[in-house]
Amino acid sequence: MGGSNLQIGKTNLDTFAQTLMELAAVDRDILVLTSDSRGSGRVTPFAEKFPEQIVEIGIAEQNLVGVAAGLASAGKKVFVVSPACFLTARGLEQIKNDIAYSDHPVKVIGISAGVSYGSLGTTHHSLHDFAALQSINNIDIIAPADNFETTQAIQAAVHHPRPIYIRFGKKPMPAIHAPNAHFEIGKAIKLTAEREKYDVALIATGETVTPTYLASQELEEKGITCCVLSLHTLRPFDEEAVRQAAERSSMVITVEEHSVNGGLGSRVASFLMQARIFRPLRIVGIPDVHTVTGSQVEIFNHYGISPQALCQTALGLLEKEAG
Amino acid sequence: MTTKPTHSLRSEKTRMLRHKSILYRKTILEMIYQARAGHTGGSLSCIDILNVLYNHVMNINPQNFTQVNRDHYIHSKGHSVEALYAVLADKGFFPRELLGNVEKYSSDFIGHPTRSVLGIEQNTGALGHGLSVAVGMALAAKKDGRSNRIFTIMGDGELTEGSIWEASASAAHYGLDNLIAIIDRNTLQITGHTEHVMNMEPLEAKFTAFGFAVRHVDGNNVEELVTLLENLPFEPGKPNLVLAHTVKGKGISYMEDQIQWHHRVPTDGEYAAALLELDAAEKHLEKTDGRF
Repeated sequence: MGGSNLQIGKTNLDTFAQTLMELAAVDRDILVLTSDSRGSGRVTPFAEKFPEQIVEIGIAEQNLVGVAAGLASAGKKVFVVSPACFLTARGLEQIKNDIAYSDHPVKVIGISAGVSYGSLGTTHHSLHDFAALQSINNIDIIAPADNFETTQAIQAAVHHPRPIYIRFGKKPMPAIHAPNAHFEIGKAIKLTAEREKYDVALIATGETVTPTYLASQELEEKGITCCVLSLHTLRPFDEEAVRQAAERSSMVITVEEHSVNGGLGSRVASFLMQARIFRPLRIVGIPDVHTVTGSQVEIFNHYGISPQALCQTALGLLEKEAG
Repeated sequence: MTTKPTHSLRSEKTRMLRHKSILYRKTILEMIYQARAGHTGGSLSCIDILNVLYNHVMNINPQNFTQVNRDHYIHSKGHSVEALYAVLADKGFFPRELLGNVEKYSSDFIGHPTRSVLGIEQNTGALGHGLSVAVGMALAAKKDGRSNRIFTIMGDGELTEGSIWEASASAAHYGLDNLIAIIDRNTLQITGHTEHVMNMEPLEAKFTAFGFAVRHVDGNNVEELVTLLENLPFEPGKPNLVLAHTVKGKGISYMEDQIQWHHRVPTDGEYAAALLELDAAEKHLEKTDGRF
């Protein structure tokens, strides 16, 4: 993200793999299941260090998830590590029945999520996972924004009592959180200063939080006050944080690396309408078209998920309201 | 009743199992008749297998159910849940009266297995899922050095699901000889004969090629089932696959091998006729078993 004053960290993927190594060293019930994905999941060092704690299933996502359910039913803390695109589509019925419906607290880890695989195309994109999983009862959904949120989410997942889905990308992410930030599953983190009123509420999830945050900095420089939420947990949905952000703001913009249908934006819109909090709303995400080809950042730019474009979106919305 | 000194225990056991098979069939039909719904044919085809598993082979009971180091059972062919309910009620997992709630509004006893019912350990109903879950359970037992076994019954119509073959590869890859997959080979599915819907034969050759130790058995014959399942694993290091040749609708003459009984509910007259047949079978059993 050009012009950033943020410190670039590691990829969330590497952060995940390292966190898992630390956790597995002290908890032998932690198991990692892969679908020929140990390299792409950065868990090859894990496999070398803890050969008894990794189970290779091969390229077979249905069996991958079903086996995970069986292992979890015997008390194992199972992390299924597989590309989000295949895991949450090919393995969806197993996620629904074997894990969520059967109440086994498997940790479903969707790697290289959203459009992380960029130019590899739609087969490799997961722009459906929030929508699919939000319509399935009993699985929590997390998209960490940066290394801090990733570490915290993985640590929290180990003892999480319910099935949980965590998805992230493979691009180095800047640190967006203050060192004293507090992470809790289901609680959005506010990235901007406390104010009674804001011009714009910007609610983002996962790796779109960074461009959203940078957009807010540009807007603040123009004198436009912003309330930015990193809504890392889609389920359980933090109604209180979204309510407060919207009530204090003149308008709401949501940003996500997901289809504009059935993801964060839809969830926020549904909540606000039913709570009778009526604000001009713009849902920024991947529109309902064949996705443009290109790298992750090129796809982001194409669909207006960049600091500059988000800034323009906010300004345009403000102008429209003023006019 | 007098018993010969030799084979006495075994004779008593099989006599008890044969008797239970008849009682379970009565329970299944009563359940389906009362609920006005259910999978009649498939429940009657697999009930003898469940009978032998729960009453002779598996170490599962209400007292040890919360322990992990016991045998486990997954009902992969989820639709014939009535057979499982009949056995679990008899084993004392829940009062038999609760079977009056089958498929009723807000009841835990729905038309497929769920963990809301004590004694059931995995929610099934969508086909092709049970074997993968059983592989995971068997793998966990191996990893923890436990000696318990994991059993699952699959329908033969279910074998067209690709996930069955994904699971089969992994069962052999990990040498899960503590996994016992039993196929209720009644040769009928909802559309017609399994080989007409999609030819999956030769099943023995397919499962053998995937790395299973395969055995055939008359799946409606409790003595044969007892003899086969007393000798597990069939081959050390290989997962076990039983092709249990059964008859859909077994035990009720007019239901046997009849496609319409996949999930047909008996009329009053049919129900009465079925009970008469089962009463006659019970009387016959008393007569023949008297010689032991």
